[in-house]
Amino acid sequence: MNIDLSRRGFLKLAGAGVAATSLGAMGFGGAEAAEQAHVRAFKLASTTETRNTCPYCSVACGIIIYSDGDLKAGEEAKVVHIEGDADHPTNRGTLCPKGAALKDFVNAETRLTTPRIRRPGAASFEEISWEEALDKIARALKDDRDANMVLTNDDGVPVNRWTTTGYLAASATTNETAWLTYKVVRSMGIVGFDNQARV
Amino acid sequence: MTNSWTDIKNTDLVVVMGGNAAEAHPCGFKWVTEAKATRGARLIVVDPRFTRTASVADYYAPIRPGSDIVFLMAMINWLIQNDKVQWDYVKNFTNAPLIVKDEYGWSDGLFTGYDPEKRDYDKSSWDYVIGEDGFAAVDMALEHPRCVWSLLKEHVSRYTPELVEEVCGTPRDRFLKIAEMIGECSAPDKTMTSMYALGWTQHSKGAQNIRGMAMLQLILGNIGVRGGGMNALRGHSNIQGLTDIGLMSNLIPGYLNIPTEKEPDWQTYMSSRSFKPLRPGQTSYWQNYPKFMVSFMKAMWGDAATAENDWAYHYLPKLDVPTYDILRMFELMNAGQVNLYFCQGFNPLLSFPNRAKVTEALSKLKLLVVMDPLETETAHFWENHGEHNDVDTASIQTEVLELPSSCFAEDDGALVNSGRWLQWHWSAATPPGQARHDTWIMAQIFLRVKKLYQEEGGVFPDPILNLTWNYADPDEPSPEELAKEMNGRALEDVYDTADPTKLLTARGKQLLNFSQYRDDGSTMGACWIYSGCWNEDGNNMARRDNADPDETGAYPNWTFSWPLNRRILYNRASADMQGRPWDPSRKLLEWDGEKWTGYDVPDIAPTAKPGDVGPFIMNQEGVSRLFTRGMMRDGPFPTHMEPFESPIANVFNPQMRGNPVARVFASDAEQFATSEEFPIAATSYRLTEHFHYWTKHNRINAALQPEFFVEISEELAAEKGIRRGGWVRVWSKRGEVKAKALVTGRLKPMQCGDKLVHVIGIPLHWGFMGAARKGFGPNSLTPFVGDANVETPEFKAFLVNIEPATGEAVS
Repeated sequence: MNIDLSRRGFLKLAGAGVAATSLGAMGFGGAEAAEQAHVRAFKLASTTETRNTCPYCSVACGIIIYSDGDLKAGEEAKVVHIEGDADHPTNRGTLCPKGAALKDFVNAETRLTTPRIRRPGAASFEEISWEEALDKIARALKDDRDANMVLTNDDGVPVNRWTTTGYLAASATTNETAWLTYKVVRSMGIVGFDNQARV
Repeated sequence: MTNSWTDIKNTDLVVVMGGNAAEAHPCGFKWVTEAKATRGARLIVVDPRFTRTASVADYYAPIRPGSDIVFLMAMINWLIQNDKVQWDYVKNFTNAPLIVKDEYGWSDGLFTGYDPEKRDYDKSSWDYVIGEDGFAAVDMALEHPRCVWSLLKEHVSRYTPELVEEVCGTPRDRFLKIAEMIGECSAPDKTMTSMYALGWTQHSKGAQNIRGMAMLQLILGNIGVRGGGMNALRGHSNIQGLTDIGLMSNLIPGYLNIPTEKEPDWQTYMSSRSFKPLRPGQTSYWQNYPKFMVSFMKAMWGDAATAENDWAYHYLPKLDVPTYDILRMFELMNAGQVNLYFCQGFNPLLSFPNRAKVTEALSKLKLLVVMDPLETETAHFWENHGEHNDVDTASIQTEVLELPSSCFAEDDGALVNSGRWLQWHWSAATPPGQARHDTWIMAQIFLRVKKLYQEEGGVFPDPILNLTWNYADPDEPSPEELAKEMNGRALEDVYDTADPTKLLTARGKQLLNFSQYRDDGSTMGACWIYSGCWNEDGNNMARRDNADPDETGAYPNWTFSWPLNRRILYNRASADMQGRPWDPSRKLLEWDGEKWTGYDVPDIAPTAKPGDVGPFIMNQEGVSRLFTRGMMRDGPFPTHMEPFESPIANVFNPQMRGNPVARVFASDAEQFATSEEFPIAATSYRLTEHFHYWTKHNRINAALQPEFFVEISEELAAEKGIRRGGWVRVWSKRGEVKAKALVTGRLKPMQCGDKLVHVIGIPLHWGFMGAARKGFGPNSLTPFVGDANVETPEFKAFLVNIEPATGEAVS
């Protein structure tokens, strides 16, 4: 039931065919090369297709992302188009007003691109390196844990509980991110741990 | 969901109550349209607002926010009174015949055992009579005065159509019309589905709302069948997954529990989880708890978790309170008792109730770390945005780190949809600038903390130093490696328990599924319910065969559905006591004399004879529960409770406020309003053009719905002198918002007894970041109190006032 011939390949074939046959039929055989040189190929023919699912609601509609560049080939890739996946049993190619505009979420002007810090009392963010930001976080975690970890309760029962640091996990990260997050948070003894399901 | 989105096409009747699927889950709602078009299915909507779902319904009835239990219990009462009961199902597949202790009872809105000081029940009377054989006593004729059925009949007898009209504001004739439509589904060959969402969960008794409908569905015989079920439409793309994996204060992946202080050692922890069957011959599948738990501990701590050290039991924290949920954490934060806080793809400044309190609490942190693809309001909570975030920036000493993370288009992995399908997706783009995957960020944080403990020592470093971290690239564990850990792997050769000479899985191989989990340390597996998702057959979550044999809607080879690729939970209940489908035209499973066959993976053993083993294998009874024993804090049956802020008093007990066992912090109780001060009921909701606070960063969606508004009735507008499109001020005891008024016939005042109740609707998509105009959200107004069982905040029913405000009108 899956499409064997990739859309990309199909579109390339179709695009080339139209150009060749129509020109040939009108008797401009000699002009073909010159004509093809400036006929713009169908945009999506040069993109990479990737199967994904919509990150918004829990219907999880199938989508096809068209990228400029092939990530799997080690290239930089940028999303140029997103559409519904007609092979997907739930949405069968349809999308809602949110899903149909997904590309603009991926490429939003307010996407974060660099780590930033807001110092106490400051009126703006300033850039900070990943190294510095991560070292700062690790130092703060270690110091707070060492100072506030509750090892035993009044009855001497080991409780190994840390309540002065809390962690809110997301609602749209993958299971795999969730599991790694779980490992890190739980191994430290953090109990103030929740995800968006709570609300 | 017990069923799936694609299964909705099999239904005869859709009831949307506590949700608005056409608007919030548009492409899933298409399966309702499909059922209407091809099966002649009908759609009922019960909602305070005439929603877009209502606009395509066959029948609509209004209901006052927060009164759903009255409606549902009255529906059960009507079904019983009118003999609209699927009797064979009720007798054999529910606990209707089980006998309850004589001490249990209900009066004045409260069950037996209430302690007003503790705001808690002594639940010991809410239980079965256990016979000398160790099993619960039963009366299969359902005639014993103390059997669950008799008690249920008595409990719901108070809930009449007249009471519905008085409390819910639903006209009696509308209630009765809906009752007749629902009653038809008691026939074994008629099926109804319930589609609900946050309209039911966001109440101080949200869990009881849902129980009410679950009971109704059991009485109609609609659980476990095609086109039936209890279908929770989760709000986000992977809330199901994050809950399954236990990212909550009190959970371990696969719905296991973090220990409490009352369980000081492994033996005590396990002894309270023996799950002995309460009826003869029942599966009581949780008896396998030790296998799931030991395999989890081995996934976490590998060789450091041994039988000798009780599988590193003390590496787990022990809770002194039921949960450190978000409300408790922000209460503690506001009291200056939280220093560091992380928000990973989460925007509490707009998501949590009583925004003023949330701002105050965040201002007391030492360090706030936000990881997100977008600029969130939370990361910018200290920034002054005029009336939209009027804070004194210089006085806020919280340090804030804003870390750029990747989004769905840039990562590989699985999300779990509402129907429990684990669907793998692939990355298509490079994260912008220096944005990184969350897995990289978490690994970097962990490895740095671990290094500090290695270099400096410190308090109880063992669970950190011994955490399993054998990834090919320790700096960035791959999604494949993490998924395989969740599936589970054989640490030693795993043999068949029935035939010890038969090797099932060799050491080092992926386990087939959770039937191969062991409690002797020979297996590891992080999330038992997912096991089977990545076994030696490969990544089953990436399967893309969309064939659907006989068009049942199951799509059995599309991705992977937990547990065990089962598409409909409790599917054995789709067949009668002889194993014949209740409705032959909608066969799901059938007993062929030797085994179960059909379209789904049976949820009982494939060779378990139909008369022997009950379909509800996770329950000790083997049957479902109309009466929940002491498993919920606020009662074994749902009883009517008003919201904490209600326009009318509780008819059963005017002194009772809200849910009598919900946790309330003292400072929040002072901020609950009365209807004298704030006479208007309000509710929050979503629009189809927006997704929470994300799509306002997107120009297209921002243009589709550019500006914050509140929805009010023509009657209220006339009463208050509010112009269509004019500015209004809406305020509660906790805060205020300024909005454009959408004056509409979609909302009508409701007559509740002698009181006319006005309801206003407040959508939730605006803030002060992104591409849309700046605006407010309902959380500036809502009370800081949660459901008594799960602490989900009461966003759907609260009190406000409204008046015209100055500003230019638009139409």
